[in-house]
Amino acid sequence: MDNKSKKVFGLNLGQLTIPIIAICLLVIFNLIRDPGFFAIEITHNNDGNAVLAGNLISIINAASELAILAIGMTLVTAACGGQDISVGAAAAIAGSTFVKILKTPETINGWTVLLAFLCACIVAMIFGSFNGTLVAVFKIQPMIATLILYTCGRSIAYWINGGATPTVESPIIKAIGSNIPGMPIPTPVLIVIGVAILFKLLFHFTSLELFTQSVGINGSAARLNGINSTFIKLLSFIILGVCVAFSGCIGVSRLGLINHETLLLDVEMDTILAVAIGGNSLGGGKFKISGSIIGAYVIQMLTITLYAMKVSSTDVKAYKAIVIVLLVVIGSPVIKAKFAKLMSRVKMNQTRVSTKGAE
Amino acid sequence: MKRFKALLLAGVLTLSMVLGACGSGSGSGGGNDSKASGGNDSNKVIKVGVVNNPPSESGYREANVKDMEAVFSKANGYDLKTSYSLKNDDQLQAAQGFITEGVDYLLISAAETTGWDEVLNKAKEAGIKVYLFDRMIDVDESLYEAAVVSDMSKEGETAVNWLLEQKLPEYNVIHIQGAMGSDAQIGRTGALDAQFASGKMKKVVQQTATWDEAEAKKIVESVINSGEDFNVIYAENDGMAKGAVAALDEHGITHGVNGKVIVMGFDCNKWALRELKAGAWNYDGQCSPFQAQIISDLIKGVTKASSKKIINEEKGFDAKTLTDDDINTYGLGE
Repeated sequence: MDNKSKKVFGLNLGQLTIPIIAICLLVIFNLIRDPGFFAIEITHNNDGNAVLAGNLISIINAASELAILAIGMTLVTAACGGQDISVGAAAAIAGSTFVKILKTPETINGWTVLLAFLCACIVAMIFGSFNGTLVAVFKIQPMIATLILYTCGRSIAYWINGGATPTVESPIIKAIGSNIPGMPIPTPVLIVIGVAILFKLLFHFTSLELFTQSVGINGSAARLNGINSTFIKLLSFIILGVCVAFSGCIGVSRLGLINHETLLLDVEMDTILAVAIGGNSLGGGKFKISGSIIGAYVIQMLTITLYAMKVSSTDVKAYKAIVIVLLVVIGSPVIKAKFAKLMSRVKMNQTRVSTKGAE
Repeated sequence: MKRFKALLLAGVLTLSMVLGACGSGSGSGGGNDSKASGGNDSNKVIKVGVVNNPPSESGYREANVKDMEAVFSKANGYDLKTSYSLKNDDQLQAAQGFITEGVDYLLISAAETTGWDEVLNKAKEAGIKVYLFDRMIDVDESLYEAAVVSDMSKEGETAVNWLLEQKLPEYNVIHIQGAMGSDAQIGRTGALDAQFASGKMKKVVQQTATWDEAEAKKIVESVINSGEDFNVIYAENDGMAKGAVAALDEHGITHGVNGKVIVMGFDCNKWALRELKAGAWNYDGQCSPFQAQIISDLIKGVTKASSKKIINEEKGFDAKTLTDDDINTYGLGE
């Protein structure tokens, strides 16, 4: 009933209201500041391929790793009611594994890259299931459980790298990190689309979405209904592991270099933020993957906007924090309830006025 | 149940003992080895104890440790004992150990600048001469012979002077900074800031990427998208320079020797010097980890310290004059 009346006003975005409002505000702000901000043009890169360029492309491209991680993080959040803060460290491990395998043979071909990616995937899934076991089986708070890998992850990556920052040079890696020859859209963006479709299919053909939500809302009720909540939680961490492998490998491919200290630095906080901006409850339960993905683009657009405005180095984080505080407060239940009340009062006044007019 | 608990307890105890033994074993292991081999040789051998950070700290430290081991070798008449730790307490203990063992010289790169008074006083009483390298310590100058350190602001000056020598018609600089407040950032920023202030160079953008390669790429991208003109990229380390170059490549902007944009980096990683050799970059500034030879010369009296603080001479490499020998000699990592 309620939903129907809302639909009439075209406002039925539900959970996605906040992220969409946020992205609209940022777009409007940028258009006022610089009308040509989102202009897209075609240039030729130094290899002579035609590629798309412009701020919009930069934003969508640079947010790729974050978007993929946000997808996985949403699942973990929904199932466990907590977050994995080790994704950055785990991505460094996955990236290091990727480079290690790539550097083993003399020449790099498509199969080597595939093998390297699969190895990175397996390693990330193992670390994911380590986190998952601690959370699902031993019932440790997710943040505490993943704190272990957060602390030691980059050291493990260091061991894999043998203490250096190895570089890989290969046309294939370059194609993954920037553009496939003849394809103007950056490859990381294509990978995000691919992963999103993969999840769409996963949710379509399995009951994972429903199971995850029911485990997150009430684990014991779910168990009484025959859902293995331990397994669902563990599975969410393993799926996040796959996402971590994707992000780590994209990050490495962009520059052809793995630096265990800086690869996806501080990405865990941005990821959690993306999930929160996406309107998902950080306490678990219902979730919308699309919200988290939009959240990731909001964060990236904010960063690029600040760079474009040439905000000085020392102030960037402060400005970012201000905007984020605003977003989170606006999205909070208290403000939402107040706003709904206000809206209904306005509506009542309107009807009163119209009836009066009729009289 | 009780029995199980007891077993568990016993297990934990043994494990901790084993681990403890391993820890102390590896700490003194190096010392014992060299003692055994050096003792019977001759009494002319100079005993040197080095307290350093572990080679795993960074590519810089790895090169630093290797350099120490190469210079203070048996062939050069030294008996080297080493101890590596990131913790000041461990380092203090190791230094204490070296004093008790009776080394002739103590070389220290401290994890922290404080807390060294007592140990250095003991060294002085025992007649052990102390040299500091890489890092200064907050103690009275009389407690050490000399400190061989890098001057980060000089690195910046060398780089900026090189840039001025290029005599470009105009300087529009993208300045990518390291983590704000770190020694390297402050030093490498200073000289360029002076040029911005004097108006000789124009600051297109000055932004920190906190040593993050991907962030550096985003910063350069945002400048390219804004359509502003620039012809110099001054990145405060090699990784960020690589990130910047990736952005240039994607947008079809030429760089390096004969390119539109001059690319400058720091740290002299081997891969970065190879980029230089290929002409993709123009300049790489060194933060030299090679202090061992200077200290060795001081110990053997080849040179005399002119002051307590000796600035390690550092190079800047130009893509046009860089040789393969330079890459092998001065490059860090692999």
